[in-house]
Amino acid sequence: MGHIVISGLNKEFVNRRKSRREDDTAPLGHVVPVLEDINIEIEDGEMVCFLGPSGCGKSTLMRIVAGFDKQSSGSVMIDSKAITGPSSDNIFVFQHSGLLPWMTVAQNVELGIRHMKDAHERCGKIQEYIEMVELEGFEDHYPHQLSGGMLRRAELARALVVNPDILIMDEPFSGLDFLTHMKLREEVVNMHQFLGKTILIVTHDIDDALVMGDRIIVFSRRPSQIKLNRKLDFPHPRNFFKKDTELAKLRDELFFMLGVNYAV
Amino acid sequence: MDSQTHPTFTHRLAPFLSFTVLVLIWEVAVRFAKLDSHVLPGPSQVFFSMIELIKDGSIFKHTVASLFRVTAGFYLAAALGIPLGIVLGRSHIASLLFSPIINFLRPISPLAWIPLAMLWFGIGDKPAVFLIFLASFFPIVVATMVAVQSINPTFFHVAANFNFSRFEVIQKIVIPAIIPAIITALRLTVTIAWIVVVAAEMIAVQSGLGYLILDARNGLRLDQVMDGMIVIGLIGILLDSIMRRLGRIDSAAWGIRQP
Repeated sequence: MGHIVISGLNKEFVNRRKSRREDDTAPLGHVVPVLEDINIEIEDGEMVCFLGPSGCGKSTLMRIVAGFDKQSSGSVMIDSKAITGPSSDNIFVFQHSGLLPWMTVAQNVELGIRHMKDAHERCGKIQEYIEMVELEGFEDHYPHQLSGGMLRRAELARALVVNPDILIMDEPFSGLDFLTHMKLREEVVNMHQFLGKTILIVTHDIDDALVMGDRIIVFSRRPSQIKLNRKLDFPHPRNFFKKDTELAKLRDELFFMLGVNYAV
Repeated sequence: MDSQTHPTFTHRLAPFLSFTVLVLIWEVAVRFAKLDSHVLPGPSQVFFSMIELIKDGSIFKHTVASLFRVTAGFYLAAALGIPLGIVLGRSHIASLLFSPIINFLRPISPLAWIPLAMLWFGIGDKPAVFLIFLASFFPIVVATMVAVQSINPTFFHVAANFNFSRFEVIQKIVIPAIIPAIITALRLTVTIAWIVVVAAEMIAVQSGLGYLILDARNGLRLDQVMDGMIVIGLIGILLDSIMRRLGRIDSAAWGIRQP
């Protein structure tokens, strides 16, 4: 289960900066509020996209939900239990690769199920998830031998193999080339429809949010408050170019030609 | 990278070429300068005295003696220094407590310890091993500490996310993460150790390449002095290539080959 209730959450940082950023008027050494009175309820199985200007604290909120960071006040309850720390029930997929570079893809995927007693079953599971992200044949490759898109897939496999309730993705497509970005986006949408996990995605790509989200939440500038919290009831695959059908067709054709099947 | 894993003919040939040129320059210099063999012996003279030393086996005896001391002191330093470096790198309090002491002891030349080493350990292998230990220990501790402190914090988050135990964090994150830096540190340190062993052997013992050099100098056998130097250089190359090979193991190579 992955039902999240965030209520009255505040987060402050102490400004330890020696010199001041240009647009920063806060006095040095003072408390800087980052998140102010955040109230969100996320249903089990919902895919929620968080948008906002950079530095607005979206990642901080994700780190709090993942248990890496503590809120200053307010509460975060997952399935009516307060967060006590990081746990394999909610897996964080890092912005830059969080794969351990000294382990092969298979060894990385194994991390989450390393306590599974039956070696045969364990290997089967590793293989199943590696195939799910289409990395078969790369089991024994080290991360530095993979491309950017493959790294994200491998990390996704590692996250999914533990069967977490919640998946938290911090700008999962940043730094990828356009087509890899599109393909991976499509795969995440498919995976979500198939597995039905609660997924939180931080992004600043509006397209991504519109295409993927069951809901989008938009943050304001710091100190961040919620500007918009809207459910997106549109069915997948979603299409922006409905108005101009000919262009839309061409766009679809191009996508299809280049390997993104539905341009979800 | 291909040229590293499969050295081409040129790659193998280049070092021989440069050494040949070096020896030629040496020979020409000796002939034209008409230097006395007590000042600078020529390559041929050095070569023949080397054969002499090989025949009576003394060069092997001295080499083994030096290698033993270096190995013992170096392993001792690595065995104690790496764990201490990990502790200092992981624990802020330990680093606050011990870093000043280490930084105080670090710049003191191991050679300055010779009088104390001889008083404590007498004459023989022990003071030499102690000096090599001192020379290697501090660089290894500091390099390990810095390596641990600069591990990407993301990896510790991953560890927490997958519920790693404290032992697993050391075993699966810290140790593999610092291996590339450790190998570099060991490469640098083994050279220092090798420098110190020669100095130590000139004072505290009756064997080893340092002793051979000192003994030959006392007998005005500069050709044998140079034999000692050549063996030291060759072993230096050998030790370094062994260390470099360690760095090419796949799971340790991530640090070098990362994009």
